This record gives sequence, structure tokens and C-alpha cells, in this order.
Amino acid sequence: MANELLKATDVSEVFGGLKAVSDFNFHINKGELIGLIGPNGAGKTTAFNLITGVYQPTTGDITFDGKSIVGLKPYQITQRGIARTFQNIRLFAELTVLENVKIAFHFHVKYGLLESVFRVGRYFKEEERIEEEARKLLKIFHLEDKAEELAKNLPYGAQRRLEIARALAAKPKLLLLDEPAAGMNPQETKELMEMIAWIRKEFGLTILLIEHDMSLVMGICERIYVLEYGMIIAQGTPADIKNDPEVIRAYLGGEA
Amino acid sequence: MEFTHQVLQQLVNGISLGSIYALIALGYTMIYGIIKLINFAHGDIYMVGAYIGFYAITQAKLSIVPALLLSFVVTGILGMVVEKLAYKPLRHAPRISVLITAIGVSFFLEYTSMYFVSPTPRTFPAMFGDVAINIGGIVINGQQMLILGITAILMVILTYVVHRTKTGKAMRAASFDTETAQLMGIDSDRIISITFGIGSSLAAVAGVLVGVYYNSIDPLMGIMPGLKAFVAAVLGGIGILPGAVVGGLILGIVEAFVSGFVSSTFRDAAAFAILILVLLFKPTGIFGKNTKEKV
Amino acid sequence: MKYLRKNDCIMLGFAIILFAVLQGLITGRVLSSFWQLNLLIVGINIIMAVSLNLINGYTGQFSLGHAGFMAVGAYVGIVLTTNFHMPFAVALLAGGVAAGFLGFLIGIPTLRLRGDYLAIATLGLGEIIRVVIMNIDYVGGAAGFKGIPHHTNFAWVFFLMLFALFFIKNFVNSNHGRACLAIRENEIAAESMGVNTTKFKVMAFTIGAAFAGVAGGLFAHCFYLVSPNSFTFMQSFNYLIMVVMGGLGSITGSIAGAFVVTFISAALASWPEFRMIIYALALILLMFYRPQGLFGYMEVTNMGILRKIFRKGGRN
Repeated sequence: MANELLKATDVSEVFGGLKAVSDFNFHINKGELIGLIGPNGAGKTTAFNLITGVYQPTTGDITFDGKSIVGLKPYQITQRGIARTFQNIRLFAELTVLENVKIAFHFHVKYGLLESVFRVGRYFKEEERIEEEARKLLKIFHLEDKAEELAKNLPYGAQRRLEIARALAAKPKLLLLDEPAAGMNPQETKELMEMIAWIRKEFGLTILLIEHDMSLVMGICERIYVLEYGMIIAQGTPADIKNDPEVIRAYLGGEA
Repeated sequence: MEFTHQVLQQLVNGISLGSIYALIALGYTMIYGIIKLINFAHGDIYMVGAYIGFYAITQAKLSIVPALLLSFVVTGILGMVVEKLAYKPLRHAPRISVLITAIGVSFFLEYTSMYFVSPTPRTFPAMFGDVAINIGGIVINGQQMLILGITAILMVILTYVVHRTKTGKAMRAASFDTETAQLMGIDSDRIISITFGIGSSLAAVAGVLVGVYYNSIDPLMGIMPGLKAFVAAVLGGIGILPGAVVGGLILGIVEAFVSGFVSSTFRDAAAFAILILVLLFKPTGIFGKNTKEKV
Repeated sequence: MKYLRKNDCIMLGFAIILFAVLQGLITGRVLSSFWQLNLLIVGINIIMAVSLNLINGYTGQFSLGHAGFMAVGAYVGIVLTTNFHMPFAVALLAGGVAAGFLGFLIGIPTLRLRGDYLAIATLGLGEIIRVVIMNIDYVGGAAGFKGIPHHTNFAWVFFLMLFALFFIKNFVNSNHGRACLAIRENEIAAESMGVNTTKFKVMAFTIGAAFAGVAGGLFAHCFYLVSPNSFTFMQSFNYLIMVVMGGLGSITGSIAGAFVVTFISAALASWPEFRMIIYALALILLMFYRPQGLFGYMEVTNMGILRKIFRKGGRN
């Protein structure tokens, strides 16, 4: 399909003797918002790590925009247009909120080493542009008055939002969100849902998200993949998934 | 035959030297295993041990075995005191702070010793005269026999302590995972203290043995052997006791061969070259397992 | 952004006034030759500390072999001036390039290591450099290299120090520097933000090594004789201590650290054992009571009244 942005074919990942992910086949079309759900330890984060190059698949192929990304380093994959957030927040804790976002513009900045150390050429113009764009992003995520604060001093929910803002600064085509609502209260989760829907439209993004919070996934995702023991056991629209006996069994236990 | 003979002779020398490295490396590896600290002061503890042995023999007129025992005990206590005063308050501090403190402790031990015993090297009294056994032209002298004998005895005792006693089991548990060990009711402060005590005692024995072997000690004698023992520990796989012994022996043998067949000035470089090679090709050492950071 | 340029000009102004005052004290012979030499050493130590800070403080890579790169710069420099009668500037530059190139070569394989392992590897490499120099008869071996022309003066040291400070300050405040900071903070996150972590680690290491080489050249030309024993790992420890004492990740801190350490050493020069004992105790107490160093991550441009002069926060 010409519309496919990301496609994984027969991907598996073996750690030692353990199959963390096997026969993983899935695809995401341009502009879609896809959910990846499953019980703890089902291999969801491993799937993210495979897509972003943190792990290399043992078998199978992953293509992005029609080209294979297997074997690329994580930074190369990011430069191709996939950005992510982390389940266990990984901000640059001792740096300011603004610096956190500026770092993610890294490979979009166009000046060389000599221009930076002698502050000539494109240095000032580029720095001004980054600063402006970074502040714009902070504004979207309601972080503009915290720009000069250290990231580690932000409240939990704000740290989660900053992670998304930072990922967007890398200007991805595909955004991977690893449990963006983890630890948030229902009110915050609701706001986050609206924000995700909004940025998707605003930035023309394709989004893949891992989530435990069913209301969030069912509320905004168009299609859902369900993982269990490293295998996809079901896929379809939220309505399909809700009534899928396999999924009910995986989540509620017992025989179906 | 001349060449084979030389090789075997260097092997004997190398194993003697390597035993000393092994004794120091054991302390390094035990301490690293339990609090993840490269204890730069460990080489200086070894130096203090050598001086205690020296004074026990020359001033108190003790013979070698009581001198070793005295040094073993006193230096062990010194190690525990150092841990209590310098490292314990930094238990939750960043690693670099503890490392810098270790450098500070190292300087402190070196230069307070220098103040008290003067910087001039001291000559260890000869202990064995010309005792030596000759196996087909390969000479093992009295000092080497002493080193090998004492090292072997200590290894046996250490293995027993670590594997058979309650304290030893607690040590192994704490070095595997300090927090969980604590949850299991292990008093980790006490275990850390004991680890420093045992490690320091072993280093002290090595110090006295080196005094006997080379006849000369000085307040800065601990710096190089300290670093090399660390290399030995890394080579064997840091935190792993048999690794420290094997690493020490390999290092001793390589050094003996380099000084015997190449040039003694390259001896120190050989140790570090081994280190770099190990770190590049198997950073976890000969016996180490690979671990991957979870994302 | 214009304020950045303005800040640079203010700092340059201060520096030139400082230079004029100190040069006046030297020319007017107010300072004894002992303190004149120590003034040179302070400047050289500042270059060493700030360049090590780039590697250890800003990029978070624990290097303990800085004296080795200094040795390379020193020996390349003295061979060129003494044996080939090259101009001093050429010798310094060549020393910096040689040390930087070596840093680059060493950095690629070693910087894959983390934390303690990297520390020990760099310490080992520094020692290997020293042992290799000791075994080259052409440069005098262990006995040292004699007959070095006395080229280093206060102006050379001061302006090269200033250059190093501006270079590293600007580097840290650029896209390149931010990549280094990101690596220090969280390597995995940095990589997933599109930062080629290997490239920037090696870049910081190379720049740090190159400045150490230049500092080595300056150092060697202060004396008639230089021996490999001036570049032991104890020296590397010394530079590390300056950086940690001042604050990892603070240029102001490195300047202060270099200053404090050099002057403690100089002031206690007549009591060598006591000097080291006091030094050791100071180090331990500092780690107990102020582990982040004197300045932490702060810069002087962000503090008190000076903040008004320099305007605007951030590292600049």
C-alpha cells in the first residue's frame, strides 16, 4: 500500500532464550492514530525499542516510508522522522525546560562547529529561530512560564508533557508515545487526550501509542493492536477489540 | 633448551609477582563489588601494611609469621576505620564524589606516612638467606615459596569464608544487590565494613610479602601496584573473586615476560595495554557476564 | 540574541583590564619570580581544567588521562622549537593538533565505555603515553628533555587561556554543546532526539585533548628541562580535582578551581608533606560538605550584581 508509513514484517526479538516479541506483523498508515495495548510484559516497549533502533530485531524487517530501518542507529532513525517518549521519563533533568526542547532541534540546526565557537555566520540567526520555535512548542504544552526551570523540578504531569514537546521538536512524521498518561489523574488524562488529538491535526502527525488506560485508547485510537506474550492476538477498531473474546481472555484471565 | 629454561624461570617469577597482585586485587574487587567504588586508596593500605610488617620485624623483633598476622589485623582495622570515616558518610552521594574522596584518602595515607616514616626507602631485613630449591635449573627461592604458600593458604581461607559462613553469604548477597540484601535483613553497613576489613588485610599481607621479596619499601610504593591490581580485577571481571586471582596471575606472568624478554621499562605499559585491550574487547572481563541497560 | 555579543564584549573588556594590571605587576617587578612563574602555571592550569571540564563536566565522560595529552603537546612543541627552531606559535599549534589527533584516535574506541571503565581506560592510556615517551631516546627518555628555549611569557599564556575560555564557552552554548549536555544528562534520550552520541563524545574529547596539548606546549617552554614525570596520572588527578572543586559543568568553577589549587600548592611549597596532607583533607571535606563544587553549574555571569551587567540567564 502506498499509504503505509511504518510496516513491520515477521519481526521477532530473542533475549537469551526468551522470545520477547515474535511474528510481529503490523502496519501504520499515514495520518493514523494507532494504539498498542496488552498486559504487563507483553512486549509493547520492546516493540517500541525495535522500531526506534534501541534493539535490533533477531529476524524480520521494519520499513519506514518504504525504506528499511533495520540496522540503523537510534539517532539515524530519529533523523528519518520517528520520535518517541519514554515510559520511565527520560528528560535531561539538570537542564532547563527550554534547553530540553532546544536539544531536540539538534539535527535541524544548520551551522557548523566554527560558526558556533566564533559566533559568526548563521549562528545568531539559527539560535534565534530555535529559541522562537522552542517557545512556541512550550506554549502549546502550557509550559511557557516554566521555560527557565530545571526539568527535574517540574511536577509529574508537566514532565510528561515536556517529553511530548521535546519529541515534537525533532519534527517527526511518526510519533511514538510510551504510556503518556501513566500516573496522571483522570482530569489530566482527559486534557492529554485532547492535546494528542490536537497536535496530530496541527502537525499532520501519525501516532502510535502504548497505553494502559483503556478509556484513553478507546477514546482516541482508530485502530488497536493487542499484544500478549510477544504476539499480536487481535487487531481492529476499538469496537471490535472491546468484543474480541481473545482480548477479554487476555485481560480478564480464564478460558474464553 | 636455554630458551625453555628461561621461559619457565620467568613463569615462576611471574606467578610470584602475580600472587601479590592477586592479593591486592581481591580487596579491590570485593570493595568494587559491594559499593561500586574504585578504591584508589587500596594501594596505600597495602603500603601501610608493608610498613607495619617492617616495624614488627625490625623494632619488635618478631619473626615473619607473627609480623604478617600483626599487619593483617592492624591494617584490617585501618581499612574499616577509613571506610567509616571517609566513605560511609557518602553512601548516597554521586559516584564521582566518592571517587574523589578515595583520591583524597590516598593522598592522605601517602603523605601522613611520609611525614612519620620519612620519604627514604627502607630496607627490609633479609629473611631467608640463600634458601632455594632448584628443579632442573629452575630456581624457586625462599621468598617465592613464602609468597606462594601464604597466598595459597589465604585463598583457601577466603573461599571458605565467602562460601561457607553466614557473613560470607551476606557479602555475596550484598554485592549482588545491596538494596534487596538489606530488605532480607542483612545489615549492609556491617557487611561493607567487614569487606573493607578483609580486603585491607589481604593487601597488608601482600605489602609485607613484597617487602620480603624486593627488600625495599617506601611511602609511595602502593601507587603502581594498586593500579595494576585494579587492572587485574578488571581483567578477571570486576566483582568476581576467582577473576581477581586469575587476573592477578596473568598480569604477573605478562609483566615477568615483558621485563625478561623485552625491556623492564615497558613493564608498566604492558599492564595498561592489557587493560585497554580487555576494555575494548570484553569490558566485563574474563569471567564477567554482559548486562544490557533496560530502556 | 544581541545581548550575547554584548556580553562577550564586556567580558573581553574585563579581561584586557585584568591583563594590563597583571602585566604591569610583572613588568614593574612587584611580583617575585616565584609568583610570576605561578601566575603562568595558573593560566596553564585554567586551560587544562576548562578543557577537562568540557569532557568530564559538560559531556559527562569520565576522563583521567588529561596529563597524557598535555605530555604529547609538550614534547611535540619542544622538539619543534629546540631541534627544528620553529616559531613558538607553530610549535604550540602543532602540539595542540597532535594531542587532538591522538585524542580523536583514542576516543573512538574508548568512549564506548562508561563511567568507571572509561576512567580507568583513560588513566591507562595516559600512563602508556608517558611510558612510551620515557622509552624514546630522541627526547631524552626518563631523564628528560634539556635545553628548551624559554618562550612562554605571561601574554602568551593569558591570551591563549582567554581563547580557550571563549572557545569552550561558545561551544557549550551552541547546538554542539547542547548535544554534549544531553549526552551527560541521559545518553539514551539524547540518541533518541537525533544526537549522534559517539560523534559528539569524540568531538568533546578531541577538543579537550587539543587544548591540553596547547597547555602542554606552554608548560614545557616555561622550563629548561621537562621530563615525563611531570605528566603522571597524579597530574591528571590534579586537573580533575580542579574541575570538581570548582564545579563540574561550570567554566567559572574551573577557573576558580585552577586558581585555588595552584595557589594552595604554591603557598605551601616549603612544607611538601603538609601541603599534600592539607590538600587531601580539603578534598575530602569538600566532597562531604559541597560535593557539587564551589560553583555547581553556576556561572559568574548569573550571579548577584554581575547578572545585571550581563543580562539574561542561561549559560552564556
